[in-house]
Amino acid sequence: MKTFAELNFPGRLIAVEGLDGSGKSTQIYLLKRWLELEGLKVYFSEWNSSELVKAATSKGKKRELLTPTTFSLIHATDFADRYERHLAPLLRAGYLVLCDRYIFTAFGRDVVRGCPPEWVRGIYSFAPLPDLTFFFKADLEVSLQRILDGRPQLKYFEAGMDLRLSQDPYESFRIFQGRILEQYLAMSTEFNFLVIDANQQVEKQQSVVRELITQRLDLDQFRRAEPPAPLSLAEPPKRLKREVPVE
Amino acid sequence: MKSPDRNHIVVPRPTERRYYGHGIPGVDVVQLAGKLIAVEGADGSGRSTQIAKLVEWLEGCGHATVQVGLKRSTLVSEELEQAQQGNILSRTTLSLFYATDFADQLENIILPALKAGFIVLADRYIYTLMARDMVRGMDEAWLKNIYGIAPEPDAVFYLKVPPGELVQRTFAKNAALDYWESGMDIGLSRDMFDSFMKYQTAMEKTFRHLQRIYGFTIVDGMRSTDAINAELRKQISGVLAGKQALDGQ
Repeated sequence: MKTFAELNFPGRLIAVEGLDGSGKSTQIYLLKRWLELEGLKVYFSEWNSSELVKAATSKGKKRELLTPTTFSLIHATDFADRYERHLAPLLRAGYLVLCDRYIFTAFGRDVVRGCPPEWVRGIYSFAPLPDLTFFFKADLEVSLQRILDGRPQLKYFEAGMDLRLSQDPYESFRIFQGRILEQYLAMSTEFNFLVIDANQQVEKQQSVVRELITQRLDLDQFRRAEPPAPLSLAEPPKRLKREVPVE
Repeated sequence: MKSPDRNHIVVPRPTERRYYGHGIPGVDVVQLAGKLIAVEGADGSGRSTQIAKLVEWLEGCGHATVQVGLKRSTLVSEELEQAQQGNILSRTTLSLFYATDFADQLENIILPALKAGFIVLADRYIYTLMARDMVRGMDEAWLKNIYGIAPEPDAVFYLKVPPGELVQRTFAKNAALDYWESGMDIGLSRDMFDSFMKYQTAMEKTFRHLQRIYGFTIVDGMRSTDAINAELRKQISGVLAGKQALDGQ
């Protein structure tokens, strides 16, 4: 497996991975804001967000129709749609693509659900590796607390209830997340994860992330040809409109 | 007519079963005691007609049957249909969408029916899905890995009808060629008739390639419905008696 850089894509893909509640979405949001304000070509994509596939996925989840195999395949379909339609073309066009979760999320979750690792990896083999993968490593208890404090109503698949680990959704969630964390840790070396200590303050983490990116990427390559027009100029001034002759 | 046979119901003999690859986690292949019969072939090859006749015959013989086909899953069939109408799916996405549809029917219909000892008739199976994707340039090893979830059928019949005849049968029925069955998404030709002929020829070639790997039975689809059905019945009777289906020419 090769990275986008190794495959001579002009763009670069940066992925964040970590447990629910590890704070990775906050970090990638701050990263996106920084890169945008620097005037760079940035695109952001979230796991499980393809418009096309979403309806089927949410039906499957709501009605608890999904098995480990179909759970895996439907998420792969979602990923493929985003990959073929957005990620790959934008990377060809020299964008910095930020992904909140990438193939490692599937590698972890699907394997915990009992799918054979080689099968899952084979499915995603059409996707190159990220150029940088940040893994937000928080203590299991810290991530659990963040989720359980904020959203006491856990969803069926989110809690891993389909695995029959426990009748209690909270207990099931703990065991499930613990197993996913094991998978992440096992992948960390193999896929060169840049491990960020997610127990630290938000600002500390963000400065480490920005530092690592500055070291590893030549950001000037991703600058927009011209700075984007300020919003106020996006629409023609009203005075001009009035000069259009009325027939 | 044959009074001694009237109440005699043949109890199918068990045969060894295996998955093509890893299979479905948690489902032991040994439990799949029923029989799985797949009928492959292009639109207009007579698949549906043959399957309807086989169901009638099998049920008359006292066998419980279940039918499955492509794009019939509860999970994604509607969404897949919608996406295809808009023609906005790229090839990997379309391929995985179909694989999801297949897996949903496999786990919810095919495997439970086989466990319960039913005869499952599949109106197309993984081979059509693989052939379509291969014609679109997808990697064969990638497809084999995905469809390693599938159990190997007891018999697979490929109804072979040349593209020239398929086009005639399609026009006799619909007076229009289907966008996907003509492979219009691939850009073989802007002329739909031309594209249909090229696409169906490529599909036939791919099926010949898959036949060498999976060893399914090629059935000459140019004969009468009854003649074809008689051949299928003969082969299936053999399968129920515990014999392997023969590779045709």
